[in-house]
Amino acid sequence: MPPSVTLAVTRYRPEQESEPSLQTYEVPFRKDWVVLDALNYIKDNLDGSLSFRWSCRMGVCGSCGMMVNGSPKLTCAAFLSDDLPGPIRVEPLQYFPIIRDLVVDMGDFMHKLKKVKPWIIRKEEKPLAEGEYLQTPDQLEMYKQFSMCINCMLCYAACPIYGLEPGFIGPAAIALAQRYNLDSRDEAARERLEILSEHDGMWQCTFVGECTKVCPKSVDPAGAIQQLKLVGAVDWFKFLLPWGTK
Amino acid sequence: MSPGTQYTPYHPKWYRHRVSVWWWLQNRSYVYFVLRELTSVFVGLWALLLLWQLRALVQGPEAYAHFLAQMRRPFFVALNGVGLLFILFHTITWFNLAPKAMVVRVGGKRVPDWTIAGLNYIAWVLLSVAVAAVLLRG
Repeated sequence: MPPSVTLAVTRYRPEQESEPSLQTYEVPFRKDWVVLDALNYIKDNLDGSLSFRWSCRMGVCGSCGMMVNGSPKLTCAAFLSDDLPGPIRVEPLQYFPIIRDLVVDMGDFMHKLKKVKPWIIRKEEKPLAEGEYLQTPDQLEMYKQFSMCINCMLCYAACPIYGLEPGFIGPAAIALAQRYNLDSRDEAARERLEILSEHDGMWQCTFVGECTKVCPKSVDPAGAIQQLKLVGAVDWFKFLLPWGTK
Repeated sequence: MSPGTQYTPYHPKWYRHRVSVWWWLQNRSYVYFVLRELTSVFVGLWALLLLWQLRALVQGPEAYAHFLAQMRRPFFVALNGVGLLFILFHTITWFNLAPKAMVVRVGGKRVPDWTIAGLNYIAWVLLSVAVAAVLLRG
């Protein structure tokens, strides 16, 4: 077991420099440390000016996503011991604009997420007096996987289509649209299908499949997108048929 | 964000990396992806070859003999060989991906991925056997 490990961390201080560079730090190696622990060690002991986002330390909040040796990962779940002997490269999530050091702007994702209307929409709300909208375990099972998304944006950083076509609405937003489409209480699948059939919607996806591989919550956004494409294609063929729904 | 704050989508101080032309060499799955996309070129070429063959067939025995002679040239043998590899890659990767798009539920339970992919392979083998039977009989 090495006594220490080197981290090469992206620094970008827009008031001082015009582009990011890597700065190396030597941190003690501990078997149970993850990259986020090492970053916190740097912040507390070596360089207080290093900026990065984090919160829960247990893969729930989705704040600490970064590129670790070129792969998008939650740094709270990326053990130093998996990337020995180092140096371990820690960079901000790729394809997103860098605000400072390891902090990226997530405004684009937030905007896209809102666009797919990820909430339950009813044609007509039933009165409160009639009680809740009940759901069976089987109905829950239909969408549960897609509801596990924590908005960490690792899937965006894994998607070359998003890098090349920044307008692409992207994996997580589409998976969350599908989550509501499959919810028995929701009645707006049609509306979302139209939003997702626009130019920057699901048809931009060419099924690279990396979004699913990097997802820390096994959401399978690639699956969600292909399933929606199937729905879209079937819908289009129905439109072509003379007796189809117009 | 307070109500008075203006959100600036293209902040001048934010740094944007340009995506390299060589992005697809970044990791192995990107390379596989680009190769899979490239297979469509060979699928298209084979379709054109088939059309050429049909045209020769319609034009008569002489034209067909000419077509066959062309196909024996090293260029076409090589093209067909490389084409075969790419088309096998195309078929196998897409069959393996089919379960992602097709969610079939039987009695409330999702049919496992290997069943969906397996059915594709079985259909492939059966159709190939049927085609071979028709060809070898004559």
